[in-house]
Amino acid sequence: MNYNWNWGIFFQPNPMGTGSYLDMLLSGLALTLKTAVLAWIIALITGSIVGVMRTLPSKGASWFGFCYVEFFRNMPLLVQLFLWFFVLPEILPRAAGLWLKQLPNAPFWTAAIGIGLFMSARVAVQLQAGISSLPRGQKMAATALGLTTVQGYRYVLLPMAFRIILPPLTSEFLNTIKNTAVAITIGLLELTGQARSMQEFSFQVFEAFTAATLLYLLVNAVVVTGMRFLERWVAIPGYITGK
Amino acid sequence: MLANFDFDVIRRALPYLFYEGMTFTLTLTALAALGGLVFGTALALMRLSGLKTLGRIAGIYVDFMRSLPLVLVIFWFYFLVPYIGQWLTGASRPISVGAFASSLITFIMFEAAYFSEIMRAGIQSISRGQPAAASALGLTYAQTMRYVVLPQAFRNMLPVLITQTIVLFQDTSLVYVLSITDFLGAASKVAQRDGRLVEMYLFAAVVYFTISCIASFGVRRLQSRIAIIR
Repeated sequence: MNYNWNWGIFFQPNPMGTGSYLDMLLSGLALTLKTAVLAWIIALITGSIVGVMRTLPSKGASWFGFCYVEFFRNMPLLVQLFLWFFVLPEILPRAAGLWLKQLPNAPFWTAAIGIGLFMSARVAVQLQAGISSLPRGQKMAATALGLTTVQGYRYVLLPMAFRIILPPLTSEFLNTIKNTAVAITIGLLELTGQARSMQEFSFQVFEAFTAATLLYLLVNAVVVTGMRFLERWVAIPGYITGK
Repeated sequence: MLANFDFDVIRRALPYLFYEGMTFTLTLTALAALGGLVFGTALALMRLSGLKTLGRIAGIYVDFMRSLPLVLVIFWFYFLVPYIGQWLTGASRPISVGAFASSLITFIMFEAAYFSEIMRAGIQSISRGQPAAASALGLTYAQTMRYVVLPQAFRNMLPVLITQTIVLFQDTSLVYVLSITDFLGAASKVAQRDGRLVEMYLFAAVVYFTISCIASFGVRRLQSRIAIIR
């Protein structure tokens, strides 16, 4: 291979004047994490509401939940981001569209909200599966104790369901982190974006991508380890994973 | 507002969008699914072979691919494939690989990790008695896999495999980052040329949505029809 390796490149100053190339990648990593965490909060809240709606006896609520999930699952994430970023400001009333376009950090907010809504459909499906995996007796017992529907969900069904679906939620969170890389297309300089621009400035393709790869693997390992502790901590006694 | 929504822009772009763009997207999806399935099955067999080193290599490959974002993998292969080609052919310079070949290799290598997990679950879902009966009949390992285990695993997992292929179909839109003319790439080129972002992106969204919806509806029907009664 006639490729000029130069691992020292990371410590050379970057052309943006913001420190070394390594600083550039690390700022990308910080943005990746920031976007992913905000997106995940949105996904958890919206996904939980929609997931609960899908299990409600009301026809209208479960139909809305079904449509919501189908809508966000059947379009590529990239297309959804384009809709939020390019199309939404144009079809809104003029003043609102203008305000959106002039928003500082527009790529960040678009990415966080777009990825959050995209992932919320997946969270909803997981939560629905978790709730329907519970024995019917749980809901009936809650009703027999005089709990209202809201109380039944709050004190009986959801605490169980969330603990059961913790492992799939972990992989959905990892997917959220990975999906932030798609936001490179709307100009968000997250980790992949910074590696790409480092490659364009320095021509050291493989060093830049190797560093980005290692950082993604590191984040992955940290999240997986952290979630394993959380799983052990909240495990339900009596279940296979329980104490 | 949608008052000056121009359907004519879409109508004029239709031949380009579908002959150039959709053909690329669908060919890439089909070939990548096929290649990913073959390579993924091989990885699953490696993991279940009982040979420690072989199993570990496959495991590391699958975990590695699954912890990276697809966009980064697309970039990796786009720059790496010319060098691998040079190394394989012994050429003096990195060989130039077309956009299609480069993205096809990327998607096969990437999707294989996901298909391998599905096939592994499928193989593990088959009762122990099956391979035992096969070896009692005198079938070799290869024959057992070919005639007994894999056909059943494949059949059990068909709905999941198709669902993964729908995900793959949506993911092919990410070749946009290499400015390739897939369906979304074609839509975006027309959008930028004519300054008609709203029309083109909404149309692209509707097309992706319709195809994925029909396909996932088909999966649901298939699931109820092919279920093996035990």
